[in-house]
Amino acid sequence: MTGAIDMFKSKIIIAAFAALAGLASVPAIAAEAGPRPERQPWSFAGIFGTYDTNQLQRGFQVFREVCASCHGAHLISFRNLAEPGGPSFSEEQVKALAAEYQIADPTAEGGLRPGIPADRWPSPFANEQEARAAMNGALPPDLSVMAKARGVSDPFPTWVFNYFTAYQEGGVDYLHALLTGYRDEVPATAPEGFELLEGQYYNEYFPGHAIGMAPPLADGSVTYTPGEDGVTVPETLEQYATDVSAFMMWMAEPHLVSRKQTGFVVLLFLIVFAGLMYGTKRKLWKGIEH
Amino acid sequence: MATHSEHSSTNRRDFLYVATGAVGAVGAASVVWPLINQLNPDASTLALASIEFDVSSIPEGQSVTITWRGLPVFVRHRTAAEIEEARAVPLSDLKDPETDEQRTKPGHEQWLIMIANCTHLGCIPVGEAGDFDGWFCPCHGSHYDSAGRIRRGPAPLNLVVPPYEFVSDTLVQIG
Amino acid sequence: MSEHSTYTPGTAVEKWLDDRLPVVRFAKEHLMDFPTPKNLNYWWTFGAILVMCLGVQIVTGVILAMHYTPNVGLAFDSVEHIRRDVNGGRIIQAVHAVGASMFFVALYIHMFRGLFYGSYKAPREIIWILGVLIFILTVATAFMGYILPWGQMSFWGATVISNIFSAIPLIGENIKQLVLGGFAVGNPTLNRFFSLHYLLPFVIAAIVALHIWALHVPGNNNPIGVEVKDGRDTVPFHPYYTMKDLFAMVLFMIPFAWFVFFAPDILGHPDNYIMANSQVTPAHIVPEWYLLPFYTILRAIDFNILFIDSKLGGVIAMGGALVMLLIVPWLDTGKVRSGTFRPVFKWFFALFTINFVALTYLGAQPAEGIYVVLAKVCTAIYFLYFLVVLPVLSRIEVTKPLPTSISESVLGKANA
Repeated sequence: MTGAIDMFKSKIIIAAFAALAGLASVPAIAAEAGPRPERQPWSFAGIFGTYDTNQLQRGFQVFREVCASCHGAHLISFRNLAEPGGPSFSEEQVKALAAEYQIADPTAEGGLRPGIPADRWPSPFANEQEARAAMNGALPPDLSVMAKARGVSDPFPTWVFNYFTAYQEGGVDYLHALLTGYRDEVPATAPEGFELLEGQYYNEYFPGHAIGMAPPLADGSVTYTPGEDGVTVPETLEQYATDVSAFMMWMAEPHLVSRKQTGFVVLLFLIVFAGLMYGTKRKLWKGIEH
Repeated sequence: MATHSEHSSTNRRDFLYVATGAVGAVGAASVVWPLINQLNPDASTLALASIEFDVSSIPEGQSVTITWRGLPVFVRHRTAAEIEEARAVPLSDLKDPETDEQRTKPGHEQWLIMIANCTHLGCIPVGEAGDFDGWFCPCHGSHYDSAGRIRRGPAPLNLVVPPYEFVSDTLVQIG
Repeated sequence: MSEHSTYTPGTAVEKWLDDRLPVVRFAKEHLMDFPTPKNLNYWWTFGAILVMCLGVQIVTGVILAMHYTPNVGLAFDSVEHIRRDVNGGRIIQAVHAVGASMFFVALYIHMFRGLFYGSYKAPREIIWILGVLIFILTVATAFMGYILPWGQMSFWGATVISNIFSAIPLIGENIKQLVLGGFAVGNPTLNRFFSLHYLLPFVIAAIVALHIWALHVPGNNNPIGVEVKDGRDTVPFHPYYTMKDLFAMVLFMIPFAWFVFFAPDILGHPDNYIMANSQVTPAHIVPEWYLLPFYTILRAIDFNILFIDSKLGGVIAMGGALVMLLIVPWLDTGKVRSGTFRPVFKWFFALFTINFVALTYLGAQPAEGIYVVLAKVCTAIYFLYFLVVLPVLSRIEVTKPLPTSISESVLGKANA
């Protein structure tokens, strides 16, 4: 009887806990942010989600051939590309890749030397001024943690459910929506009456809609190297956007796979241990009216 | 004193307690380990534990100092005279007996690669100095010969040769 | 304290130690044999859970400080370095960040438990006041910790909150500069907040010790609020409550682990993954959820009261909300402690709890339209509860008859 009551009490506590934790969300309403980006079926979504190696390799190709010509990713090292849980290129591939880049090094002759796997991904511009000068005054942001630096806001009660489904793909959904959210062909045309300045483009999902980045991707703009599995994917804007968004998620959260794996062990342990603790506690309190 | 039924119930209770305690101990240990392991060198440090260096740009009779695992490392392109001088020294003259062959790689005897900290108290010796045509440590007066071996002074050991190998004729991988 | 000395040194060595430094005696009396009411429910386990939370934050915090760099140019990247390169760093950092939220979940539950069961009433006023002090220090610590990753929310949170000081008449601007070490949030601010963020948890730990010391003078309150009469009402703390508290801790770790391993960033804000930039304000600045109720009260005062302008008024209201907690032992003077036996109080307590949740919710909403009105109403309810409801109820409420003792109460429950 006391056991049942205890269980009941703990249920109340868990419920109260969940309710309180639920408050933690900050359902901010972004002005003019456009429609909510559509949720994509990411391979890394949910508690069982892991990265798709082939997708990350394709995404890296898009990142390297397109994004990296304007955007930096200074928190990424070449060696990360060979680490488990990521694009998993071989050590040799990464070494060869790094050597293709010239890295600024004051100790080297002429201040430049070929890259090694330990080097960070080189930025396309030396500093902010140079970037703005080249980019018509706009500053292409660093993409290292971009997938986590953007988010979506869900209305009540969706944001409460997000706590239980561990939905953390708002940022990457936004990136995918942004990349596919340009209106019409290049140059983008804004809807009737919308003022665009020189060098701006209309994007459905960008806050304020006037974005300084020209549509970076179009059907066929990147020719994919065949993946290890030999599966070919369509070379379309949609596919590029999906792949590069997934790659950006990996850049922002490189240890996602091992983190979730550890999580399963920890949760399983805690549940078993809680069961044992409960049994012990009950045995101990047996015979004491409380 | 205990009746049989009480006795067996005591056993069952004990088993539960022991099981709970054992599982708890396993849990505690697996929490403690990552808290200690975080002190170990991190991935960015380990990535530089092994470096590659191209020796081809060092002319004969010159040396450069490079950094490996945070330590200064001498890479010297020795002259034939230096090599000959080092080989002529009888082992009995040495405080820390080591042949010149033991301190270099076969086929690459002209390259002497050593950690540049004096084995006495860690200063960096000055090159092409001292009484033995090698290095001289100005801190406490240790003299090293042209194979980096200790010849006179307070240092107990030869300059340390790090683990390295030639991956090609001119490319050496240290560490 | 010494009235129930149960320790007799067994060996000569134990006796020798006991005569010089009676730590074993102390541990036995206060951690093992301490007579504890046997009817405590699971709401009482949150004290132990909070000790665990403090321990987790201190241990993970000391570790993070080994890898973190408190400099405006390096702080953001050093946190990413922890997440990416340090062995197990992603988990340790997530435990610390999620741990802050978990700490406040437990803290609020612990406080609301005290408010419902009248744990602040005589002779436990000092325990309660020390507890409120711990709460305020924890808020300060959490706030300063949130600055350290040096993201956009860190920077703008610090900017907004430090402007509270400038509300003080005459010397406000000087105090603000004193706190920031400059005219705006910058490197000196980051450095001193890092120093204080490291220091305060140990101050908190010291006050926790006082909190428990004060608790061990009268002993625990309990769900029926009737003081312990004799030994039949109590059980020794160990093993009965050590086991129960440990069980509750393990249970508490389950949602904790869920967030750490499966949703480490869901409690945070995406803007904090953008490095601090003094030239760009994020579209919506919101404090961390645990500060929202007080943030709502701060914002609710958007009108001048006599010679007090709205800014100072907001600060006074927010400070007042904390003062209410400090003086509640003298606002609610009724003899019956437990809300269980107070039929009218129960309903007002429920209203107060819902109101507090509403204050939290409103803090995250933009200050416009209906939210402005609701914020004012909820703020008013908060203060009315303390200043009117509690004093009046403690005089006029007809309470239910109390059991004569804890043992009678639990026997009644068992027979029912």
